[in-house]
Amino acid sequence: MTLPPLPERAISIGVRARDWRDAVRASGEALTRAGFARASYADEMVRMIEEHGPYVVIAPGLALAHARPGPAVLADGLAIVTLAAPVEFGHPHNDPVSVVLGLAIASVEGHLAQVAGLANVFNDPSTVPALAAATTADEVRRLMGVGS
Amino acid sequence: MKIVAICGAGIGSSAILKVNTERVLERLGLEATVEAADVASIKTAAADAQVILTSPEFVEAIGPTFADVVVILNYFDQQELAEKLDAALG
Repeated sequence: MTLPPLPERAISIGVRARDWRDAVRASGEALTRAGFARASYADEMVRMIEEHGPYVVIAPGLALAHARPGPAVLADGLAIVTLAAPVEFGHPHNDPVSVVLGLAIASVEGHLAQVAGLANVFNDPSTVPALAAATTADEVRRLMGVGS
Repeated sequence: MKIVAICGAGIGSSAILKVNTERVLERLGLEATVEAADVASIKTAAADAQVILTSPEFVEAIGPTFADVVVILNYFDQQELAEKLDAALG
């Protein structure tokens, strides 16, 4: 399985977010902390949702925040933010969101394999609630199937 | 047969939809090419598509089309995908 890199510093547990923008920005901060994206990438992720709506809430409780490859992306990588209290994104079926994935993709080529890795993990419906309940970054990495 | 998965960026969510659609097609024994595209390129990407897969937000932006527009709520629910693809293609 080829998930994008998910180091411990790209994981934030129990973040207090006032609204969806806060939640998405927290995933941007985690991507920046891990060296995957410049700080401006968080704005791009927020803008995608402002422009296109809450479609990034692709499963119950789960948002996949991302923007396009570009100068704000430094390397392929994944961030995971779990929220202390779920927030509404305005999605008709999958709200409220308790887990935000931040995805940075450096180039479109080859990203399908990494996304397939994400599908492997999240096709199991117990993954989102388990991530939401996780209390350590180690536990999150274990649930995502990456070494601990 | 061609199926197009649409999202805002043409990566990420539409790619997940593409991957899971291919898995479901295989399970159903159906053959089709599945493409991921962004909503801005819908007119060219979907010109020769039979089915467009997307989330509720993009239905309006996709506009009039000869393809079946199928709305997927949970991108990771292969059962939902299978039922809706079966209905659209069957």
